[in-house]
Amino acid sequence: MTPAMTHHITHHLPEPMLADYAAGRLGHAFSVAVAAHVSLCDECRARLAAHEAAGGAVLETLPPEPVSDDLMARVMARLDDPAAAPPEPPAPSGIFPGPVMAALKGRPPRWRSLGMGIRQSLLHAGKDGSLRLLYIPPGRAVPDHGHEGRELTLVLQGAFHDETGHFGVGDIEVADASLEHTPVADEGTPCICLAATDAPLRFRALVPRLLQPIFRI
Amino acid sequence: MTGEVDTISEETRLLIRVRDGRDRQAFAALFAHYAPRLKAMLRRGGMGEAQAEEVVQEAMLAVWHKATQFDPTRASASAWIYRIARNRQIDIFRREGRPVPDELTESPPPEPDAADALALDQETRRLRAALEALPPAQREMVERAYLGELSHSEIAAATGLPLGTIKSRIRLALERLRHELKDLRQP
Ligand SMILES: [Zn+2]
Repeated sequence: MTPAMTHHITHHLPEPMLADYAAGRLGHAFSVAVAAHVSLCDECRARLAAHEAAGGAVLETLPPEPVSDDLMARVMARLDDPAAAPPEPPAPSGIFPGPVMAALKGRPPRWRSLGMGIRQSLLHAGKDGSLRLLYIPPGRAVPDHGHEGRELTLVLQGAFHDETGHFGVGDIEVADASLEHTPVADEGTPCICLAATDAPLRFRALVPRLLQPIFRI
Repeated sequence: MTGEVDTISEETRLLIRVRDGRDRQAFAALFAHYAPRLKAMLRRGGMGEAQAEEVVQEAMLAVWHKATQFDPTRASASAWIYRIARNRQIDIFRREGRPVPDELTESPPPEPDAADALALDQETRRLRAALEALPPAQREMVERAYLGELSHSEIAAATGLPLGTIKSRIRLALERLRHELKDLRQP
């Protein structure tokens, strides 16, 4: 079950990204961020369903390719085998939607300090990008950074603002390589975000570039 | 609009029978309809013959096991099976598995609104008609996008905006679904 929404979501996923998620075209880090936002956002859930309807229409109209004669019998023989059931996706917990719990492998985040009270928990780092949780104390700024590729930032707790707007729980910021921004956490609650990139990040002020491979950011 | 049908599709009805009655005959009929189409989809995505059949097997088993989650007021059988197959395919091929959104509710209501299910089914049929009415080159591009051969941004770059007709349909479906989801949210 999805936690009750307390915030009105105003920042959504772009249409092509939802379509690419439906078609299985996104890398892992972006897929987690998309699935996590959809978990919190009825509007994007509906738009994703619409893209799946389009996918279903394409599936329906494809010229069928005959399958092996015994394929149906092989599947029918396994219907009662509990081992043939696909695994259940993890349930949401606290501020973390199910897809984030899956990326955490069901464990609490392992925070590492980045200095200035800012912490991160790295969930995935690969050729197709990185995924991490960021913890920003109230009123604190995440140092100005640009990125090679695109970056998705989903707010899970608290809120932040930057040059482009204000982002509360459930809001997702989509930044392309040209955006250099300085997110600042609102006063009050610490801000916890899920950040996904499709290329490695480069921080400016916080960690010299040379050290980035060591910190894996 | 031509040939508006006033009953929900055969495939959706079959899937409801699988969901409610664990009906093997209905499942066999769904298999006969979708297995060759899923195979075609996976082959178009570049998969080999044997591997495609492997994934078809796993996808159809997932359809059987996850049928309890099928809600005909939120998805037609084709959309739902497209999603289940995509999720299963990525689960099999990626170490990290497929991240999927949380389900809205534990299970769909036992007596879903038949009018809502019919409206969604008709919207799906209109979407399909719109797809079939596209000029061949544009239709090809839309197919390639949803078959996962090209990304949507690659397609937009190649052709400008080939998704016009489809997009308006998606928007309609979107509006309907959004209202439904809003209702579902109300306590
Ligand atoms: Zn949204």
